[in-house]
Amino acid sequence: MSDKKPERRDFLFTATYAVGAVGAAAVVWPLVDQMNPDASVKALASTEVDVSSLKPGNTITVLWRGKPVFIRRRTQEEIDVARSVKMEDLIHPEKDEDRAKNPEWLVMLGVCTHLGCVPLNDKGDYDGWFCPCHGSHYDTSGRIRKGPAPWNMEVPKYEFVNANTIKIG
Amino acid sequence: MSDHEYTPKSRAGKWFNDRLPLLTLANHLTDYPTPKNLNYWWTFGGILTFCLITQIVTGLVLAMHYIAHADMAFESVEHIMRDVNYGWLIRYIHANGASMFFLAVYIHIFRSLFYGSYKSPREIIWIIGIIIYLLMMAAAFMGYVLPWGQMSFWGATVITNLFSAIPFVGEGVVTWLWGGYSVDNPTLTRFFTLHYLIPFLILGLVVLHIWALHVPGNNNPVGIDVKKPSKDTVPFHPYIVIKDGFALLMFMIVFAFFVFYAPNILGHADNYIEANPLVTPAHIVPEWYLLPFYAILRSVPDKLLGVVAMLSAILILAVLPWLDTSKIRSAVFRPLYKQFYWILVADVLILGYVGAMPAEGLYLLIARVATAYYFLHFLVILPVLGLKERTIPLPLSITEPVLGGSPNIAMAKKKESKLE
Repeated sequence: MSDKKPERRDFLFTATYAVGAVGAAAVVWPLVDQMNPDASVKALASTEVDVSSLKPGNTITVLWRGKPVFIRRRTQEEIDVARSVKMEDLIHPEKDEDRAKNPEWLVMLGVCTHLGCVPLNDKGDYDGWFCPCHGSHYDTSGRIRKGPAPWNMEVPKYEFVNANTIKIG
Repeated sequence: MSDHEYTPKSRAGKWFNDRLPLLTLANHLTDYPTPKNLNYWWTFGGILTFCLITQIVTGLVLAMHYIAHADMAFESVEHIMRDVNYGWLIRYIHANGASMFFLAVYIHIFRSLFYGSYKSPREIIWIIGIIIYLLMMAAAFMGYVLPWGQMSFWGATVITNLFSAIPFVGEGVVTWLWGGYSVDNPTLTRFFTLHYLIPFLILGLVVLHIWALHVPGNNNPVGIDVKKPSKDTVPFHPYIVIKDGFALLMFMIVFAFFVFYAPNILGHADNYIEANPLVTPAHIVPEWYLLPFYAILRSVPDKLLGVVAMLSAILILAVLPWLDTSKIRSAVFRPLYKQFYWILVADVLILGYVGAMPAEGLYLLIARVATAYYFLHFLVILPVLGLKERTIPLPLSITEPVLGGSPNIAMAKKKESKLE
């Protein structure tokens, strides 16, 4: 092949394969992309939650985009513990100040970052959350401290619409 | 393929066979020369074919009553159990059939490991088998999701989340698999579609598996080549058909025991609670047949490496024909391999046991040792053993050990004719 000079015909073959490949990819893409979240799923983007009945030390779990969201009204003791942790002791270093802008309220996805189970409240070696599936321990800021999970529980975008209502998403 | 030319006796048969040689194929399958020393461990191929057909037939019927929707799936399964005529029976056969299928496939795989059936010239049969095994696991997993109970939902969540361990694109892949931001209705409908599709892919691969088998012919307990057709072989029909049939009956007794006396013993009570995305069951465990791999996943403290270890544990089997350097097939003639084989069997059983236990303390330690040993067996012990082991001399034919171990074929033949 190498000692033969490319002819008109070789060019035609290559051009045909190239166009064919582009055509095949254009046909395959809709078949692949149809599996991505559809418009109706994407439309459920935000949820408003009334948190007025929540007492310090209590947690509620709400559903947002099919996922549980923990909203915890933390006690002063929990805040103090969370804020006194040294960064070098953390697997995924994040300041509590950055995770809970208003220290009393911790809002995060109740999804273990290992394989997606819902961790249990007030459990584990760090008195935060404990994932029963594969034994990940989270602290009172929802940060991973022990176990196979790689990251802290994710803090979603949220805001206080008024003193009693949190809008997630 | 056939060793001799075949011509149908009837004129109509000849006319048809000239146009589509189905009768030649049927003749090949009945006359197919089979080593006469096959033991009962060789009956599991037939048993597995039975399992596949059972799953397809019962699955087809269940699909007539099941509704693949997150709001209705759980109820429709209860409807099958309570209202549909014989629905309880069909569903219990299907659910326990999956377990029976895996029981048979594990015996089939370990038979290959003992008698070296994966070695040259049968590597392609083996690799097709491994692909079938992977598809079986995918089908079983997706089938387990369909009743939309708590174990279904959280099993689906955990297993699909394995893909999030892929660097950079992991999260995107998981969202794509789910069709949303969590396991939900789009996930259920696509799992149902794929669960329906995979058995037919398996069926196609089974045809290739058997085709590839019929090129070199069966391995046998002695593990040496047989001349075919010869005194070493018997026709598949009626000899092997009867033997397979008898073994299948025995197997069906075990199958029926589970279906009629302990239909839920292999399942989890949590799956009779409807899926709830807010609560994870206290102790989630996969079905028993996935436990060894689950133990390997959990024994590695890093998420990505855990997933890599689990997948490697399965995929390492595909390269087994090249990891095992010994030319001797059967463990009967490999005194050291035979011992390591049984250690591996024990190792896999231990992994299965700790996979069902919580991943902490002593269980975790045992899981780590057993995982390390699993890989050691394939990556170090097998390659080295093939080069170092002193094997027992092979007999000249599969007939020889039966007739008193004379090294002389002519003598053996004489003895054989005397016996007749």
